Amino acid sequence: MTLSALLVLADGRFPAGGHAHSGGAEAAVKAGRLKDAADLESFCRGRLHTTGLTSAALAAGAAHGLDPYELDAAADARTPSAALRAASRRLGRQLMRAARAAWPSPELDALAAAFPRGAHQPVVLGTAARAAGLGPEEAAHCVAYETVGGPATAAVRLLSLDPYQATAVLARLAPEMDQVAERAAAAAGQGVDALPAASAPLLDLTAEQHAAWPVRLFAS
Amino acid sequence: MDRVSLRATARIAADADGGLPLLVSDGPLALRRTRAAGPYTRVTVVGAMSAPLGGDRLAIETEVRDGARLLVDSAAATLALPGPSADPAAYDVRISVADGAVLRWLPEQLVSAAGSHLRMRTTVDLAPTARLVLREEQVLGRHGEVPGTLTTRLTVRRAGRPLFDQELSFGPGAPGGWDGGAVLGGHRATGQLLVVDPAFADKAVEARLYGENAVVSPLAGPAALATAVAPDALALRRLLDAALSELAPF
Repeated sequence: MTLSALLVLADGRFPAGGHAHSGGAEAAVKAGRLKDAADLESFCRGRLHTTGLTSAALAAGAAHGLDPYELDAAADARTPSAALRAASRRLGRQLMRAARAAWPSPELDALAAAFPRGAHQPVVLGTAARAAGLGPEEAAHCVAYETVGGPATAAVRLLSLDPYQATAVLARLAPEMDQVAERAAAAAGQGVDALPAASAPLLDLTAEQHAAWPVRLFAS
Repeated sequence: MDRVSLRATARIAADADGGLPLLVSDGPLALRRTRAAGPYTRVTVVGAMSAPLGGDRLAIETEVRDGARLLVDSAAATLALPGPSADPAAYDVRISVADGAVLRWLPEQLVSAAGSHLRMRTTVDLAPTARLVLREEQVLGRHGEVPGTLTTRLTVRRAGRPLFDQELSFGPGAPGGWDGGAVLGGHRATGQLLVVDPAFADKAVEARLYGENAVVSPLAGPAALATAVAPDALALRRLLDAALSELAPF
């Protein structure tokens, strides 16, 4: 394991396109469910324990070396929103480009060839983590962090929220991110059938509403 | 309502000729053949009101054989209550639908009463040409009551491949944030209507919004899911009924 490689992969400056996505925060702001730092914290906590856990386990599974085709099918089955499936594959394609430049590997090449329109982002992330010499738990940490980091950054832009407050939310969630990463990695060690499928009705619902907006700041 | 925890497994099997070669009630899960409109054989679960209590392990196994058309509903909502045991109650629904067969699985709501803890697990295996309409509704607390802890998992495989897999977890024993703006946002009822129809492979369902609180989205296979949230069970049912009449005319 190389801790520095994990920092490179998890860095918001890693050119994988994540900054264009709000993780459902833009729709939650418009619906009046995300107005301040307290709302951001409960939004991020809910996202972390649902889609965050599910995505982290998919990434951990890929880092563990589980069959990426089965993982991609498992991601499809766990993503009922067509808008979120499309966003995940688009992000997977962008991450793939950056990951192949950063950590060239035959496994990344094979995954890119098998999914020319993009594999699901957590599957690409786990495969990239593996190429970077990282293990399942590190891959899961990376996903857990981006699950809450994305909405927090978006909330600063959408609400003009104090960035110190947004960062404090992330710091308070750190112990739960660790728990989620640990659970995700443990599940991934038991194979594709044991992967969690935790999900969030409002994220699925509002993703489709958001995709229908004529004008929006974020892609999802 | 003092009693010890119980185990019960009810069984249904339906044939293409309208017969029910297996219709086995067990404990609180009483099954009745009821009068059906149209081409469906209809089975109604009549007795689940007093269960599941904490510690109970209930199951219903349903086999819809080649070419059969089966409708399963329930006479009343299923109410999860606290029981003699601090252990969670378990309710397992196992369904298989064979080629050319249709299952409409339309039970009443699952209500999570204060202090209860229920894990519900539904697994469905569909043959390639099977059709399915399946509704699940989770209601958090009776009127004006705080909810218990409720975890539901719905796993659907089609031709042996994963088609849909979703776990929902609400209430005081659920992971944090379940009532925040990402998950329920203060709503007290949520539901899903899943429709699987091989015909969708040629004529894909398009995403569709039903006001602010419901949406239909196509899945990655020949299937569509309506997802709805609502303040209460009645408002929820209205939303899912609207989706039902459009998605599943069969």
